[in-house]
Amino acid sequence: MTLLQTRKLSAFYGDFQALFDIEVSVDQGETIAVIGANGAGKTTFLRAVSGALPSARDAVLFDGEPIGDKSAHEIVHLGIAMVPEGRRLFPSLSVEENLLLGTHSDRTGPWTLKRVYDLFPRIYELRHLPSTALSGGQQQMTAVGRALMSNPRLLLCDELSLGLAPVVIRDIYACLGMIVAEGTTVVIVEQDINRALDASSRFYCFQEGHLALTAPTTGFDRASITAAYFGL
Amino acid sequence: MEAAVETTRVERGTKASRIFVFVALPVLVALATMPWWSDSGNVRLVGEMAYYLALAQLWNLLAGYAGLVSVGQQAYVGLGGYALFYLTGPMNMNVYLAILLAGPFAGLMAIPISFAVFRLRGAYFAVGTWVVSEVVGLLASLFAVLGAGSGMSLTPAILRQISPDRDTRSMILYLGSLGISVFVFAVVYLLLRSRHGLALTAIRDSEPASASLGVNTFRTKFIVYLATAACTGLIGALIFLQKLRISPEAGFSINDWTVVVIFMVVIGGIGTLEGPFIGMLIFIVLRELLADYGSIYLMLLGAIAIVVMLKAPFGIWGWIIQRYDLQLFPVGRRLVLTPPAQPTQK
Amino acid sequence: MDWINILIQGGLLGGFYALFAIGLSMSFGIMRLVNIAHGDLIVLAAYVGLVVTERTGLDPFLSMILVAPIMFALGYVLQRGLLNQTLTGGLLPPLLVTFGISIIIQNGLLEVFGAYDHRLEEGAIETASLHLPGGLSIGVFPLVVFAVAVLSIASLQLLFYRTRLGRAFRAVSDDADTAELMGIDNRKLYAYALGIAMVFTAIAGVLFGIRTIFAPSAGPIRLILAFEAVIIGGLGNMWGTLIGGIVLGLAQAIGAALDPNWQILAGHLAFLAILIVRPNGLFPRTRD
Repeated sequence: MTLLQTRKLSAFYGDFQALFDIEVSVDQGETIAVIGANGAGKTTFLRAVSGALPSARDAVLFDGEPIGDKSAHEIVHLGIAMVPEGRRLFPSLSVEENLLLGTHSDRTGPWTLKRVYDLFPRIYELRHLPSTALSGGQQQMTAVGRALMSNPRLLLCDELSLGLAPVVIRDIYACLGMIVAEGTTVVIVEQDINRALDASSRFYCFQEGHLALTAPTTGFDRASITAAYFGL
Repeated sequence: MEAAVETTRVERGTKASRIFVFVALPVLVALATMPWWSDSGNVRLVGEMAYYLALAQLWNLLAGYAGLVSVGQQAYVGLGGYALFYLTGPMNMNVYLAILLAGPFAGLMAIPISFAVFRLRGAYFAVGTWVVSEVVGLLASLFAVLGAGSGMSLTPAILRQISPDRDTRSMILYLGSLGISVFVFAVVYLLLRSRHGLALTAIRDSEPASASLGVNTFRTKFIVYLATAACTGLIGALIFLQKLRISPEAGFSINDWTVVVIFMVVIGGIGTLEGPFIGMLIFIVLRELLADYGSIYLMLLGAIAIVVMLKAPFGIWGWIIQRYDLQLFPVGRRLVLTPPAQPTQK
Repeated sequence: MDWINILIQGGLLGGFYALFAIGLSMSFGIMRLVNIAHGDLIVLAAYVGLVVTERTGLDPFLSMILVAPIMFALGYVLQRGLLNQTLTGGLLPPLLVTFGISIIIQNGLLEVFGAYDHRLEEGAIETASLHLPGGLSIGVFPLVVFAVAVLSIASLQLLFYRTRLGRAFRAVSDDADTAELMGIDNRKLYAYALGIAMVFTAIAGVLFGIRTIFAPSAGPIRLILAFEAVIIGGLGNMWGTLIGGIVLGLAQAIGAALDPNWQILAGHLAFLAILIVRPNGLFPRTRD
């Protein structure tokens, strides 16, 4: 069953067009990756899906319903949560308060404070600290936990690995596996191609706002991905 | 056959601006001769319009171009007015000389004030300028020589220095108000066409960007602040010369000298030279039409300003430009494409 | 001993200014709204209190039961209908729109109530005072006002740090775009914020009306005093606002002790001095 579908999705920053007729479709329970070079439109794609950037009503379908014209906060209530690039934790809130902010979606489901702490035991110990006191990896865990607290059906992850040590990245992606096991559908945007392809079953490669290539990750020739990635 | 070459040239005037000059000159002559062909009520009203226009042009220069959203310009109106009353009264100075000194005095006072308020940004700057003008007003009310809280009056003897004859006097005052308006307009216009003008337009559009391109934003803003203070002081002297009385409350009134002026600029179109004209006319028309209904016109003016700010943030003139590409007072440079010369037909 | 008395009076006066400032501090801290009409809204609340006491015969203190919800509704509608549209696009839109509201309130009150002074009569408490050993005398009413200011700020702190709504306020103040991505409807939240701010404005307005005579033109100076308290204390810090009010009150009391004409002036000068030395106030919390 298709959970998310975009149809001829275009997005603009003022007069500048950042996305051109993007067609993406994600099935329930699937994990897909969106890859591409800097400026390919990956983050713009997530912003358009999450409602942070307006698009045409029928350009984004969630569970069959058009949501392209809905605002970001309405879309969260429908069950799409975002882990924004650079974490974007709230500096004047404690770690736990950051997590609790996820409950503003008013959705119920498997994810509670306890389950999030079970997933990330290390941040449980740090829960009363201000979010600014955490390391980059701990902040990323908090950001993922905050998104999970809204019990999303679709989780959008923007550059989970950005600025983190390889060992931390491995931990976080391991947790992503458990999240998927709960039945959550995931879209990951990554510059780290190998990391993204390992975690997903299909990928979409963007290039300068256009969809350059899409295919299953298994058994696909990485050389052609690289070609699409750099527009060779 | 010769290749047709497209050429470009830089133009400063526009067609509308050239036509406008031919309309404006006769209008100006008509206004200047008004005391000879119109009644004193109308003359007084036009004189008042001239002051408001000058104040609006100055605030527009300050906020619309230099990004200095001051809500404390009443400080300089009051300072100019008090300078005139003090110099002519206790100091026995000739009234013409006192008027000439009022502007530079206000400009001089702007130097220490700017040291304080230029440390502030945005909303803090706005509130800071307001508090400074409250301070200046309170200081004026402390000095017995300035009449303390009740203020000062001009004596008939001082008025006779302007001219012994009453009609001549009011004519001189009227021409003075017209003159200051033209003068202020010329100052603003020439400043905007100068090198500083280019810097100002850059600051208006993006301050960080212009700073990074080497525009000395601080110096430009400082010059603009001092120039507007001096001109505002001069206008203040002329306004209170006509009113014959000044008090801290009247001289430093934020509503009279700043708020309505801001409304005019915003309604007409901030950051344009044409906007203040339109805003001033709307203010005067509203006030005259609703003269019998107390302060309703002020409420209406406030409501119009709110609607304009929300629906057409560049004001009435901005809306007109968008639709018709008109410019009456060209301060910018336009790149004009000259189409290739057509082969001459026989 | 005189000076101790002066400092106590000044400190208590500071509680009054802090009360003026709470609503402004909230809207400034949460939505960066420079509400020029704040002072006029305080005066408007005093007039609402006047109408309520005249129509119902309620005691002014009790009139707050009606004035507060009326002001809450006004704040909610104002933010939803008007001010939310000013939040993008720099300093000028909110400044100008609230200037417009200020002029409309001032002149509307003038049309309805005239330029005369009004007052809310509370009776004996207005002039009662406590006599302490050592010749100290403290007015009961200023003490009540100070206590109300402290209680108001304490209850706001509870709201901010102990409730879901308060958490959302702080999140939106930090980063409005990301808060929206967490499912918070910023526009509605801002409307609640101004509504709650107006509840404190209502309390301040009624107490102001009891303490002193008021007229339609009384707003702008209240706004300036409130601004000074907020900025001295530092943006986004409620206890800082209280301290800002006290600093202002002390400066005024000291100025007034030297010469009665210097009271307001001394407060302004203290404000400017602090602003020049520490442009972000004494205890800034929210980043600009």
